[in-house]
Amino acid sequence: MLKRMQELGFVAVELNLYLDTHPNDAKALEQYNLIHHEIRQLQMKMDEQCGPSKGFGHSMNVGNTWQWAEQPWPWEM
Amino acid sequence: MWIYEKRLEYPVCVTGKNIRLAKWVITQYGGPDGELAASLRYLNQRYSMPTEETRALLNDIGTEELAHLEIVGTIVHKLTKDASVEELKAAGLGGHYADHDRALFYTDATGNPWTAAYIQAKGDPIADLTEDMAAEQKARATYNWLINLSDDPLVTDVLRFLREREIVHFQRFGEALNHVQELFATKKFY
Repeated sequence: MLKRMQELGFVAVELNLYLDTHPNDAKALEQYNLIHHEIRQLQMKMDEQCGPSKGFGHSMNVGNTWQWAEQPWPWEM
Repeated sequence: MWIYEKRLEYPVCVTGKNIRLAKWVITQYGGPDGELAASLRYLNQRYSMPTEETRALLNDIGTEELAHLEIVGTIVHKLTKDASVEELKAAGLGGHYADHDRALFYTDATGNPWTAAYIQAKGDPIADLTEDMAAEQKARATYNWLINLSDDPLVTDVLRFLREREIVHFQRFGEALNHVQELFATKKFY
């Protein structure tokens, strides 16, 4: 799931930078929104199964302890 | 505002401890053409950019560079975290150990600390975007030299990804520069 998120995230970064200099490209705009929906769905699934992926209120904490600090950091994986 | 996402932009695996390689790769963390310099340069220049397009591009590339800083930091950490003092000494990192133990620090490959003198903000979008394009080429060349030095194929794979990103950023900055030049050419000053 993490690998899939890295793939989707990479497509989103690429489209974002491309749209910054091609703001009227209809096809790229459509692809950007499609990727946005896929990322949102996958993030909800990942957060449920693996703990919060984003801080500052963008992911839910499940359980009685602070999962954000308990789960490993990217450089520990 | 930035939101932290608890993942790397590109996965980092290393074959094993490799202090010598870490000593070279650190330059993309805190060296003159490294990711810290890149990110801080773009995020700072965005305030004085003249168009929607250039403000967005500097904001977004500056943000992606922070993700690259995290990737380079992860490589160095993984290559050095289990090093003994003897191994650090043998690889020429005795001085680093004296000042920082096994902590990361913003230095180039020969230990010089990061300085804001590496970057500039001229307030002139042509000058700034041209500097940004040069910065991307210097970073790409640095990744080339690091790939030549690397004896760990897993690290080389990550370095290739990062080198490719410099090429994409160069392309985007070039497009932005063209648009700004066209805009200035159509403006008449009397």
